[in-house]
Amino acid sequence: MKRHLLSVDDLSREDIERILGRAESFAEVSGREIKKVPTLRGRTVINLFYEASTRTSSSFELAAKRLSADLVSIKAQGSSVDKGESLKDNIQTLSAYDPAAVVFRSPHAGAAGLVARWTPASVINAGDGKHEHPTQALLDLYTLRRRAGRLEGLNVWIVGDLLHSRVARSNILAFGRMGCRVTVCGPPTLIPRGIESLGCEVRITLDDLAQADVVYALRMQHERMTGSFVPSLREYAAQYQIDGRRLGAGQLLMHPGPVNRGVELSAEVIDSPQALITDQVESGVVVRMAVLYELLAGGSGPPRRADDPSRPASEPQPA
Amino acid sequence: MSITLDSLLDRADLASAGLLIRRAHLLDPRAGLDGPGDLLVRGGAVAEIGAPGALEAPAHAEVVEAEGLHAFPAFVDPHVHLRTPGREDEEDIETGTRSAAAGGYGAILAMPNTDPVVDSASVLGSLRERARAEARIPTGFTAAVTMGQRGEQLTEMAELAQAGAAGFTDDGLPLRSASIMRQALAYQRLARRCIALHEEDPALSGDGVMHEGEVSALLGVAGIPSVSESTMVARDTELAAYEDGFIHVQHVSARQTVEVLERARAAGLRVTAEATPHHLLLTHECVRGLDTHYKMNPPLRSEDDRQALIDGLRSGVLGCIATDHAPHAREEKEEPFEVAPMGVTGLESAFAAVHTDLVVPGVLTLGLVVERMTAGGEPFGLAIPTLAKGAPASVCLVDLEAEWEVGESGYESRSSNCAFAGRRLVGRVRMTIAAGAVAFRERSFAIGAVA
Repeated sequence: MKRHLLSVDDLSREDIERILGRAESFAEVSGREIKKVPTLRGRTVINLFYEASTRTSSSFELAAKRLSADLVSIKAQGSSVDKGESLKDNIQTLSAYDPAAVVFRSPHAGAAGLVARWTPASVINAGDGKHEHPTQALLDLYTLRRRAGRLEGLNVWIVGDLLHSRVARSNILAFGRMGCRVTVCGPPTLIPRGIESLGCEVRITLDDLAQADVVYALRMQHERMTGSFVPSLREYAAQYQIDGRRLGAGQLLMHPGPVNRGVELSAEVIDSPQALITDQVESGVVVRMAVLYELLAGGSGPPRRADDPSRPASEPQPA
Repeated sequence: MSITLDSLLDRADLASAGLLIRRAHLLDPRAGLDGPGDLLVRGGAVAEIGAPGALEAPAHAEVVEAEGLHAFPAFVDPHVHLRTPGREDEEDIETGTRSAAAGGYGAILAMPNTDPVVDSASVLGSLRERARAEARIPTGFTAAVTMGQRGEQLTEMAELAQAGAAGFTDDGLPLRSASIMRQALAYQRLARRCIALHEEDPALSGDGVMHEGEVSALLGVAGIPSVSESTMVARDTELAAYEDGFIHVQHVSARQTVEVLERARAAGLRVTAEATPHHLLLTHECVRGLDTHYKMNPPLRSEDDRQALIDGLRSGVLGCIATDHAPHAREEKEEPFEVAPMGVTGLESAFAAVHTDLVVPGVLTLGLVVERMTAGGEPFGLAIPTLAKGAPASVCLVDLEAEWEVGESGYESRSSNCAFAGRRLVGRVRMTIAAGAVAFRERSFAIGAVA
C-alpha cells in the first residue's frame, strides 16, 4: 500500500480487500460499549477541510478518536486561509506539529496530491474538487459487500450528474477494480466526454435499468441548473428519478448523500428496505478507521520518530 | 524584400560585431544555403560568405571556430509575454530578451496584455523607450485591439500604428463580439497592421482549464473543447474575407482549426497562423498528474490534434513556430491545477525541444524547422532573417549534438515555469547575433574557442 490515499487508483484489489477486512474487525469494536482502540495513541491526525462537509469530516473525526489519535480539525473559514495564507504555507505550518496523517478536503482537483508533496505526513484525500473521493468509494464497497455478500460480478448502475461528481469517478474505478460491471447513466449534458475510458458503459436512458443489481444514484445539485445542464429539475426527475416503479424488487439502492428527496430519489425508495443509504453513513467511521490504520499502523506507513511514545502497531483491541 | 516594418523594432545600443564565423554548417533554405562555410559579419551586416576556411578575419574581428556547429538565421518569435509593465517580478524587457537571445532568437514581438494594457500611444511610447535601453534583441510591441482588452471599444489604432505598434491583438482573451471584430477588420484598412487573434469562444470554454477529452473526464476537471477554438476561427476567417482584412491566428491547438485554416487559405484569404512547441510536442496525457507546468491556454490537446499541427506546419498552413512564452511567479504556479494561472515559458527550450522530438526522429527536416522558426515576423510585415550577403546579420550558432537538461543551470528568464523543465534535449544554442550585435554567448563558449 502506498503512503498516501489520493485516488482509488492508488489501491490494488488486495489493498481494498485488506481495508474492508480491517473495517469488519473495527465494526466488532464499534458494537462494544467502549469503542476505542489504542492503535494511534500519541500520534496526531489533522483534519483540514477547505470545503464544507458534514458526514466526511465528522466520520473522520470519530475514526481518529476511536483509534486514540490526537485530533486537530481545521476548517478554512476562520483560519489563516482567510488571511491569505497559501496552501503550501498552511501545510508546511501544520506539518511542524509532526502529524502522522493529514485528511484533506479541497474544492480543487489534485490539491491533495499537492499537499502530499509538501508534508512528510500521510495524506488522505477526503474529496478534491470533482476529481475523487476515495474513502467514499471504499465505504460504498464495504456497505455493498456486507449486504450483497459479494462484489464480483455485480452489475452496478451509477445514475445522475456524472460531470460534477467526484463520488462517481472514484466509484467507477473502485467497483471496476472489485470485479463489478459498471454502467453510468444520466442526461447527455451531464456525462463528460471520454468517461468510458474509466472502464464503464454509458447510457442516457433508464430503459435497461432492470439489468442492474445495484442502482447508485448521485446527488443532483440545484446549482447546476444555472448552467442549463438540464432544462428543469422536473424534467430531470421525470427522466432519471429512481422511484418505486423503476427500482425492481431485487435491486439494491445506494446514494452518497445528502439526498434531494423528490429529485433523484422518491421518498418511497429512500425508506424502502432495499436502500443502503443509512448503512453507508454508518460504514463511514469503520472504513475510515481502517484507512487510517492501514496507512499509519499497517506496516508500510511512514516510519515513526524514535521518540514517538505510542505503542507499536498491533491488532485492534479494546482499550 | 519590399518595404518592411523592421524599423518598428527597438533595441539597446549594442556595439556592432566584427566577427568571422569559420567552418560552420550554414543552413538557410530560403537563401539556398546548406553546407559548410565561413560567414563574415561587419558593420552589422553579413559582409561575406565563403568556402570553409577561405575568409580572412579583418583586424580586430573576433574569430569563432564553428566547425561542428550549425549557423541558422536567428529565429523570430511573434508571441512573447514580457510582463512589462506591471509584473516585472515575472519578466522584464531585459530578462525576457536575454531569454530570447539564449534560445537563438534575433527578434521578438511582445504582447500587450500587461498592466496597464498597451492601449494608448503613451504606454507604447514608454515601452519603446525602455526597450531602447534594455532590450538585447530587436523587440516590437503589439497594441491591444480594444481598450483595456475589454472587447467593447477599439483602441486608437491609427495613432498606435503611427507610434510604432507592430500589430494588434487582445491576446489572452478572444474578441468576444463579432461586431467589434468586424469593426477592427474594417479599421485595419487605416491602421494597416496585422491583427493577431487568440481564438476561443468563452461560452464554450466555460470554466475549462484543460482539453476536454478522456483525461479531463478521468480527472473531473472542466474541459475546453476543441470547437471552442475552431468555431471562432471559422467566424473570423469569414469576417476577414468580408472586410478583406488580414489576420494571424495565434497558438493553434486543434485539428478542426487546422482544417478551417486550410479551407480559408484555399479560398485565397490572407490568414496566417502559428503553433507553439508545447502544442506540437505534448498532449493532454501530460496533464494526468495535474502538474501546473502543463497548464496553458489553449490547452494541450489529443495526439490526433498534435499530428494535425505537425501536418499543418509541414504544409505551411501553420507558417511559423511561436513560443507564447508566458512567465509566471513560482507561488502562482504552486497552486492546485484549477487555480494556477495559464501559461508556460519556452524561449530557451523552443528550438531544442522541436529538434529533439521532431527533427531527430525524422518527422520534420531541419530545414523546414529553421524556416518555421524564422518566419514569425512575416505576418506582421517584418523581414525574414537570412544569411545572404548584405542582409542584417542575424545568426544563431547551434550545436546539434549537445545534450542538456532544461533548467539544469537555471534560466535567463526571470520565471521558471517551462513545460519542458527536466527534459533532456538535444541541440544547444551557443551564440546569437541579432541585427549585427552579439546578443547571447554561452558562458563556456569563449572568444575564439573551438567548440
